[in-house]
Amino acid sequence: MKFELPLGDLVEAVVEFLMRHAQWLFDAIEIVVGGLADGIGAALEFPPDVVLAGLIVGLAFYRVGWKFAVFAAVALAVIFALGLWPQTVDTLTLVLTATVIALILGIPLGIAAGRSDRIESALRPMLDLMQTMPAFVYLIPAAMFFGLGTVPGVIATIVFALPPVVRLTSLGIRQVPEELVEAGLAFGCTSRQLLFKVQIPTALPSIMAGVNQTIMLALSMVVIASMIGAGGLGNQVLRGIQRLDIGLGFEGGLAVVLVAILLDRITQSFGKPRTKSAPMTARGSTAPTSESADRPAAMQPAEPGA
Amino acid sequence: MTTKIAVRGLCKVFGTAPAKALELLRRGLSKEEIFARTGQTIGVHDANFEIEAGEIFVVMGLSGSGKSTLVRMLNRLIEPTAGEIVVDGRDITRMSRRELIELRRRDMSMVFQNFALMPHLRVWENAAFGLEVAGFDPVARRERAMNALEAVGLKPYAECWPSELSGGMQQRVGLARALANEPSILLMDEAFSALDPLTRGEMQDELLRLQAEHQRTIVFISHDLDEAIRIGDRLAIMEGGRIVQIGRPDEILKAPANDYVRSFFRNVDLTRVLTAGDIARRDQVTLVRHPGEGVRAALRQLRERDREFGYVQDARRRFHGIVSVESLIAALERSNGGASLADAFLPDVTPVPSDVSMSEVLALVARSPYPLPVVDGNGAYVGAISKTAYLEALGRSR
Repeated sequence: MKFELPLGDLVEAVVEFLMRHAQWLFDAIEIVVGGLADGIGAALEFPPDVVLAGLIVGLAFYRVGWKFAVFAAVALAVIFALGLWPQTVDTLTLVLTATVIALILGIPLGIAAGRSDRIESALRPMLDLMQTMPAFVYLIPAAMFFGLGTVPGVIATIVFALPPVVRLTSLGIRQVPEELVEAGLAFGCTSRQLLFKVQIPTALPSIMAGVNQTIMLALSMVVIASMIGAGGLGNQVLRGIQRLDIGLGFEGGLAVVLVAILLDRITQSFGKPRTKSAPMTARGSTAPTSESADRPAAMQPAEPGA
Repeated sequence: MTTKIAVRGLCKVFGTAPAKALELLRRGLSKEEIFARTGQTIGVHDANFEIEAGEIFVVMGLSGSGKSTLVRMLNRLIEPTAGEIVVDGRDITRMSRRELIELRRRDMSMVFQNFALMPHLRVWENAAFGLEVAGFDPVARRERAMNALEAVGLKPYAECWPSELSGGMQQRVGLARALANEPSILLMDEAFSALDPLTRGEMQDELLRLQAEHQRTIVFISHDLDEAIRIGDRLAIMEGGRIVQIGRPDEILKAPANDYVRSFFRNVDLTRVLTAGDIARRDQVTLVRHPGEGVRAALRQLRERDREFGYVQDARRRFHGIVSVESLIAALERSNGGASLADAFLPDVTPVPSDVSMSEVLALVARSPYPLPVVDGNGAYVGAISKTAYLEALGRSR
C-alpha cells in the first residue's frame, strides 16, 4: 500500500477553516491595508502628473545630484511617452503601501532580533520560508482570503519583501561595536536610551540598506502580484506574455526597470553616512559613487587602525 | 585622606556554574586547573584594595591578567560574581538598576581604549552625551560640553565629526565626554594605549595637568610600565586574575613581591615589554600612492626633505613598499619617464608587525640598510624604526 503524507489536504483544511471562522480578521486587514493603499494612491494622484514627476526629479537632484536628476527627467518622459504613467502611479502605490507596512512590521522585528538571540533564532526559519517559498504558492490563499485586487497583491508583496529589512536591521544592531554599547551604558543609558541614542543611529546605514532592499523586492513582485489583479505596470507585462506581444511586454518591463533605478538610487542615498569619509584620502582619488553596492559590512566605517 | 573606593573579596567567574569554580578557587587551585576541570574562566580572583580620594591608581598587568574585567566591575558593566565594591560608603554591588544608572550619570565616567565616540554625533554632541542621557536641558548641555572641550583644548573643533580628528584628538573628546558631567571618579581603560608614543606622552601630561587643577579619583588601566610609573600614585600589579602587589612604584621596584613582578620591573629590560609599534616613529617621509603617482614628485619630496628613503602607503594607509633616491633615479632612467612608484620599490622589504617585541626586532634593525617599516594588524603603516631610534628607546628604558 502506498502512503503519502497528507500535508496538502491539511493545508487545504486549515485554509478552509480560516475562511469560515476568521473572515472578520481578513476583513479587518483588508480595511486597513486597502485604506492605506487608497490613501497613498490618492496622494500620488492628487497633484497634476507633471507636478508629481517634477517632485521626483527634484528629489533626485536634492539627494543624488544633477546628473541623476537629468536621468530621472528622461526616464519619466519615456514613461509618459509610452502612455504608461497611470500604470506607473498604480505600481508606485502598490510598492509604497507594501513597503510602509513591511517597515512598520520589519524594523521593530529586526531590532528585537538584534537584541535577543532567542528571537533571532525563532525568526530566521520564518524569514527563510518567506523568501524561498515560490510566490505563486501564497498567491492562491491570498486571493482566497482577500479576493482579487490591490489588497492581496500588497499582502503577497509584504510576505516577499519583509525579510531583508528584518535581517539587515538585526545585523546592523548586532554590528554596533561592543565599545560603543559599553560607552552608552557607562554614561548611564537606560535600555531604551541605549537603543535610540546608540544602537539605532549606529546601525542606520545597515537599516537603510534593508529598507532599500525591501523596496526593490516589492517592485520585483509587481508582475506576479498583477496575476491576482493588483494592476499597474505588472498588468502590462502580463498582458504582453498572455498575448505573446513582445513589444507590449517590453514596454512594461522597461518602465519597471526605470522605476526600479529611480527608487534604488534615491533610497540608497538615505543610507549614506552624514560624515565625510576618512580624513586621510589622497588627492585625486575617484569619487566614491561607484561603491554604493548594498553590502552592509562595507558601510560600517572602519576603525582607524593605530 | 579619605577612602573613595574600597574593594573587598571581589571575584569574577565567566561561565555557567560560578559557584563551583569559586569553591575550587577557595581550595587554592589555579586558573588553568579550574578551567580544565569545570570549563569556567576566572576573570578576577579575590581582589582587595582601597583607593584614596584624589589618587591616580594604576592597574597593571599583561593582557589576560584581568585588569579590564576589574575596571568594568567598578561600574558594573560586568557583574561581579562575589565580593563588594564600596564607593563613598555605599556598596554598589547591592544597588538597584535605577541607583546604578544614577551613579553612572553623576559619579563615575569612563574613557575607552578605542575612544568609543558616537560616529553620528558631532564633537560637542559627543562631549555632551552623558549630559543628554542624564536629561540636562539643551542649553546647559551645550554650555557644559563646551567648557569640557575647552579644558582639553578642542573648543575650535566642536562642530567637527569625530572621524575628521586624529586619534589623539579623538581621545581628548573621549576625555571631555568623561569630564563633562563632573564625576568624582574617572575609569580609564587603556585610554592612551591606541595612541602613538608621542601623542601618548602629551595625553599623559594633559591628564596630570587636569588632575592638578581638579583632583579626581582615577582608576587607570595600563600595560605600559613607563606610563604606569609616570602617572600613577600607586600601582596594582595583576597576574592571572589575582592582584599580586600594590604599592608606590618605587616601593614595588625596591621590594617586588614575586618573580612575576620582579621580571616586570627589573627586567625594566623594556625590550620585552615594549613592542615595535611602541618605538616606531612617524618621522620618515611617507608617499601616498594614487592614480597618476609621480616618480619625479616622489624624488622631489625626498630631496626637499633631505631624506634617503620614502615609505609608500595608499589612501587607506596600507604599507606598500620603500623607495630610495637611488632606486627612483634608476627607475626613471630605465623607463624614460613612464615609471610608477612600484618600479622603484626596494627588493625584499618585509614590514614588521607592530606587536613584535623590541628584543625580537633588534637583529632586523641591525641588519636593515633602511629604517625598518612597522605595520599594524591591518597592514597599515605605523612608522619606522631606525638604528638611532632603537638605541634611544633602549637608553630611555634604563
